[in-house]
Amino acid sequence: MDFSFTPEQEQLRASLAAYLRDHHDFAARQAAVASESGRNTALWHGLADQLGLLALGGPDAPDPFDLLVVMQELGVALVTEPYLESAITSATLLRHSGTQAAAALLPRIASGAAVVVLADTERGARLGAPPHHTRADRSGDGWLLGGAKSTIMAAPWATTLLVTAQTADGTAVFAVDPHSDGVTMFPYRTIDGRRAADLRFDAVALTEAQLVAAPDIAATAIEHATDAAIAALAAEALGVTRRILDDTIAYTRDRRQFGQSIAGFQALQHRMVDMFMKIEAATSATYLATMKLGAPPRERTLAISGAKVLVGEACRFVGQNGVQLHGGMGMTEELAVGHYFKRATVIEGLMGTSDDHLARYMATAATPQPAAA
Amino acid sequence: MDLALSPAEQAFAADIRRFFSQEYPQDVLALVRDGRKLTRDDHVRSQQALNAKGWLGVGWPAEHGGPGWTPVERYLFEQELELAGAPSIIPMAVIYIGPIICAFGTPEQQGRWLPDILESRAMWAQGYSEPESGSDLASLRMSAVRDGDDYVLNGTKIWTSGAHWADWIFCLVRTEKCERKQDGISMICADMRTPGITVHPIISIDGAHELNRVEFDNVRVPAANMIGEPGKGWHYANVLLAAERVSYAHIGRKRADLAELRRVAATMPGSVAATMADEPLFARRVALAEIRLNAVEMSVLRVLCGDAAPAAVSALKIACTELAQEITELWVELAGRDRAIVADRTRADWRDAAPEAAPFAVPRTASYLFERAQTIYGGATEIQKTIVWRALDRANAGIARS
Repeated sequence: MDFSFTPEQEQLRASLAAYLRDHHDFAARQAAVASESGRNTALWHGLADQLGLLALGGPDAPDPFDLLVVMQELGVALVTEPYLESAITSATLLRHSGTQAAAALLPRIASGAAVVVLADTERGARLGAPPHHTRADRSGDGWLLGGAKSTIMAAPWATTLLVTAQTADGTAVFAVDPHSDGVTMFPYRTIDGRRAADLRFDAVALTEAQLVAAPDIAATAIEHATDAAIAALAAEALGVTRRILDDTIAYTRDRRQFGQSIAGFQALQHRMVDMFMKIEAATSATYLATMKLGAPPRERTLAISGAKVLVGEACRFVGQNGVQLHGGMGMTEELAVGHYFKRATVIEGLMGTSDDHLARYMATAATPQPAAA
Repeated sequence: MDLALSPAEQAFAADIRRFFSQEYPQDVLALVRDGRKLTRDDHVRSQQALNAKGWLGVGWPAEHGGPGWTPVERYLFEQELELAGAPSIIPMAVIYIGPIICAFGTPEQQGRWLPDILESRAMWAQGYSEPESGSDLASLRMSAVRDGDDYVLNGTKIWTSGAHWADWIFCLVRTEKCERKQDGISMICADMRTPGITVHPIISIDGAHELNRVEFDNVRVPAANMIGEPGKGWHYANVLLAAERVSYAHIGRKRADLAELRRVAATMPGSVAATMADEPLFARRVALAEIRLNAVEMSVLRVLCGDAAPAAVSALKIACTELAQEITELWVELAGRDRAIVADRTRADWRDAAPEAAPFAVPRTASYLFERAQTIYGGATEIQKTIVWRALDRANAGIARS
């Protein structure tokens, strides 16, 4: 067994961290977040062109541990660009579907020219629910799409949406231009400084070429995309929570009350140790989940859901206590810690909450393991 | 032991309940139900409606316009107010400084300030914390130096809720350097329009502007605005803190929140069960919160009836505020990913911004974020635990309970 990252991965981490230090300090991040579009296109092109992060793995699927390294550093710097949505979630789905329409999109994701966003979640639906508000029906040579999606992260920035819909034969995925007739976007800000949208589709006419994943492969492709996304989100959370702990240690060392640095109080030291232990558990669970991304479904689900549970715990505990130990200052928009707390809060809620994944873990663990072949 | 409410107490609660369902401004209740942000004017109308019944000065002696309630009656009033979904009384004037002016102010001060508070003509802010004095409040440094008939104030107050709409501020200031740092502290009131006072907004993590930093630069305040004697400010502040030790309980608010949570959960699909109300993991958390709430309510009543040990009284602040936070966590659990959404709740049509979202998600997430402050203000949990320990230690050493 070897838990060390390869020299190439260490190099990737170092160059990304250095790039973000130079081009994306907290003030630059806040300026992008406050802008009209919320995008930081200079950073996006830097990640694509200078660092090649959107094309990791070249024509092949990237090493999941490369993505872990990238997501962790994006978490440390609280980057809001749609790397997870486009380069991981959508790219994974497209690679698994393998259709011509899918293959055409992949190079455009890799160059950064396209931002491709999976629009799958619907009003009130919990983890893994198939689309039930969105339908696509045959119409002549093509399809007619109708329905609605809710809280699609990064949708306002998308050049292409991958919309899941119910068809007569089951769930399918379509590539939809967000500017098409019949698509209405309701964009809004999110508490973590990003943009998301609710979407409505009213008799949107689609060609056969827009069918990215037909019912025979769509469910599996979506599952792989979601699992890859959860592993990546978990990696981001490691960066986010680590930064909260670092900031909290620094703040409690500086802050003096009762004639001493408050980091000298044992109650606070122990709390910070508890924060560290949550991050450690989440780190190991995230490694396990990343390692199991290629494993058979049952094994993969247990590792992915297990990671989301422990990552969710870390996000909540570290986030809440980071704010608590910063006192009133932790409650302000002024300090970074509150913004990291809000990202941690969103991560906890994305792609299934801790309870959703605990329930999925329980259900999966209760089903018998298939007999060895 | 008789733990039931007497018939008179039940009739009292029924009367309050009728008031909120009939006489109280129903449009204010509608705004709260709709998740809207209340304006200063909404709060003024709410408080004026309470005052018209003589119910606003809850902790005040009857001679100054208080309702003359027993502790249990006051508790029932707050419970009914919260169950009705009405906004709480803004505490700075009515709950915090009003009773101090009643107890320690001169007749001139009482005549000048108390009627304006009861009529909600004047809003007040509380100037206690300073940038370098939070948990260690007694280390505060804002100075008040006597100069003729005035005091000259210099320093900074922080976390001042509502300073941007306040007419007056009451401050703890240092008038003397003493061996024991608590001894040189005095309490003085300043008109917010006095030259030299500047209010700087602090935007909190829920995006709201409630908090402020207030700078005092050579602010001249008449010596007649000092409450009681110089050097006694710490004592005055603490006498009232003791009287207000269950004001953070908000049992009715929690009960109304949990009832609403159950109602909404029953309308949302679960992942294992048909609805979230029956979803095993969620239902377990809701049940635990309710069990804790029932126990905390009993603890509050024990404190009000003088049955609780000092350690238990301080511990109750922790229990009440952590339970409030736990309930906000249940709401964001229910919201799932919709917790991410930001919308401008000063607008009547704020829900149209995200038409597919769970309608409660925006205000409930804002509460989740903002209520993190409950375990920070009014003595952070870590400070409370030290106080609880000292009380336990004293009790254990055989020293008489205070």
